[in-house]
Amino acid sequence: MTWLVSLPVIIPMIAAGLALALSKRNRAQGIISMVALTAVLGVSIVLIFVTHTQGPQVVNVGGWAVPVGIALVADRLSALMLLVSAVVLLGVLAYSLAQGLADGSKGAPVAIFHPTYLVLAAGVATAFLSGDLFNLYVGFEVLLAASFVLLTLGGTGERIRAGSIYVIVSLLSSILFLISIAMIYAALGTLNLAQLSERIIELDAGLRTVLQIMLLMGFAIKAAVFPLSAWLPDSYPTAPAPVTAVFAGLLTKVGVYAIIRAQTLLFTDGTLDTILMVLAVLTMLVGIAGAVAQDDIKRLLSFTLVSHIGYMIFGISLASDVGLSAAIFYVAHHITVQTALFLVAGLIERRGGSTSLDRLGSLAKVAPVLGVLFFVSAMNLAGIPPMSGFLGKVGLLQAGLADGSGLAIAGVAVGLGTSLLTLYAVVKAWNKAFWQQAPQVLPETTVPRAMVGPAAALVAIGVLIAFVGGPLYAYTDAAARDLRARTPYVNSVIVDGERGAGESSQAEDSGAAEDATNPAEDPSGTETADPRPSERASDEPSDDEAGER
Amino acid sequence: MSPSLALVGVVGVLVGTGVYLLLERSLSRVVIGVTLISNGVNVLFLIAGGAAGGPPLIGTTEPEQMSDPLPQALVLTAIVINLGLTAFVLAMAYRSWQLHGHDEVQDDLEDRRIAQRAARDEIDSRADDLGTDLAAEAAEARDETEKVGLDSSHHGAQLAADDDEVSADATEPRDPSVGDPSAGSGGGAR
Repeated sequence: MTWLVSLPVIIPMIAAGLALALSKRNRAQGIISMVALTAVLGVSIVLIFVTHTQGPQVVNVGGWAVPVGIALVADRLSALMLLVSAVVLLGVLAYSLAQGLADGSKGAPVAIFHPTYLVLAAGVATAFLSGDLFNLYVGFEVLLAASFVLLTLGGTGERIRAGSIYVIVSLLSSILFLISIAMIYAALGTLNLAQLSERIIELDAGLRTVLQIMLLMGFAIKAAVFPLSAWLPDSYPTAPAPVTAVFAGLLTKVGVYAIIRAQTLLFTDGTLDTILMVLAVLTMLVGIAGAVAQDDIKRLLSFTLVSHIGYMIFGISLASDVGLSAAIFYVAHHITVQTALFLVAGLIERRGGSTSLDRLGSLAKVAPVLGVLFFVSAMNLAGIPPMSGFLGKVGLLQAGLADGSGLAIAGVAVGLGTSLLTLYAVVKAWNKAFWQQAPQVLPETTVPRAMVGPAAALVAIGVLIAFVGGPLYAYTDAAARDLRARTPYVNSVIVDGERGAGESSQAEDSGAAEDATNPAEDPSGTETADPRPSERASDEPSDDEAGER
Repeated sequence: MSPSLALVGVVGVLVGTGVYLLLERSLSRVVIGVTLISNGVNVLFLIAGGAAGGPPLIGTTEPEQMSDPLPQALVLTAIVINLGLTAFVLAMAYRSWQLHGHDEVQDDLEDRRIAQRAARDEIDSRADDLGTDLAAEAAEARDETEKVGLDSSHHGAQLAADDDEVSADATEPRDPSVGDPSAGSGGGAR
């Protein structure tokens, strides 16, 4: 069944090529993307079951096993992220197809929309599945390149303005990531996550902290953690509604996913947990303060996005099974609800002609369905009891209380305050857009049913997560336990001790002497290990001195 | 392993210069800055690969004297990715020049708004903002890069360009040879 793991990357890539070849035929492109993403959805459902019952699945790309080749790994976390992202990608695609149909050929998404969208899907899947730091970087770059194109689609002045900030910030975060990859390779002689997690223990603590800071900086820019979040609220609102929706839902969560991987596989000693928790609390506070001050729905939602990233980072920084489990649950909930909200905001823009809260009004009378959709997903975001947002927040708050440290208790308090402020912000938006008298006459349009459908479906999925809350929590508990234990992941990637099965016979001869389970103790055999670890071992005393100085 | 001091120096100069250029407001300088930093990082990968040795072929070089081929493969990948992204940023800078007549990175809308509010010496903006939205405000707000006494026709053109129907022809006086392909690409992209 391991071949399944490569499909979420391969299918969208091939489909993107096909869609590009058929760029003159819009309908064919739409069918191709629909089929491809449905297939990815099917594969990820199967992957959930397979990883849940049989443990992590590994594909050695090209038949070369771990120390030589690149591995794609699907564990419970990856499979869940893949499933949620496939659902969201499919829903947004249906929405944008309906938008294209409703607008006729003039307003239809440009011919490159479908290929780029599929490449984005492939990039997201690569990032989720990659078992290797450099492959993770490549996945990031693939999805970033696609997101650049989607964000500046059509090349209008406003989008170029917002796009240039986004592009520069993204390039900078990628460069930071690349620098930390180079330094990790110089220090440890491998980039495979499983091998790294075994070898990183022998590193000098100070050096390890430096590497951790650099990696987390790159990821935190992508995930929009305060104070590295300033680019987000300005970049997202200008894009077309479907693009904003998928960005808000997925792209920041890829950064959160990378932080989870780094914190659970590589840096388990908890050096930066306190700082991370402080940043999480600040992210919640600053984000929601920005949201309260906004008078434009899309910008308001962008700020709530930043704020709620803080919840996930809080869960990660608790460094406990329950905290991590709640964070994963929250990621799954937040991807769906945030995407749904941005889709509904797109519908509001179509119906009311604007997203400015000063211009909208009395939408509840003319578009009651929109009112219900916005209200339900807004309440879900704020975490009103029966909804999935409530379950996610309760899990996080319980984990914070279980932790019991002063900072964690403060985080719980801020988390509660943040959800109240979220409630205030979205209720204010709802009142202004739907309830108050319209300050000016609204345009006489109707929203196409075909666009309401996908948005309503995503809103419903966001609510339905509450009904599967129990099983989902059981699943994320298991995922968090595996992540923190590390052994399921590492053992499935590194099968026969260090070497794996993908070596040439010559290499086997030179590496035959090595049968130690800990590769660090016998660095002479593998090519990737070089002679450096031994030299580093001799350097270590001096490193320690340097650390003390 | 002690890395070559010359290589470390090269990395330092490339990244330092790149960061300086990255802080400029002009997109074309940013492109050059990003390119310099990326090349600096590529050299950093070479340092990470350890001392140079023989070609990593079994039978040609003794295993102890082989150089590490992996960083070079990584650098190759990074170069390809960087090439694509540089091309994209250049296209974006060109588009910005087409639309605005410059390729400068403009202010965040929020920053513009706050600056505008400060200029009007207001405390609360929302009480009397009725009927304006961000796009209109952004067009009115004075950008640092624009000249203070800029005529309003420029702003009008900018606003028009903000709509989905891109009327690039009204924005900048250009010779037809430039205008034709851009119109063609606009039509093709739609």
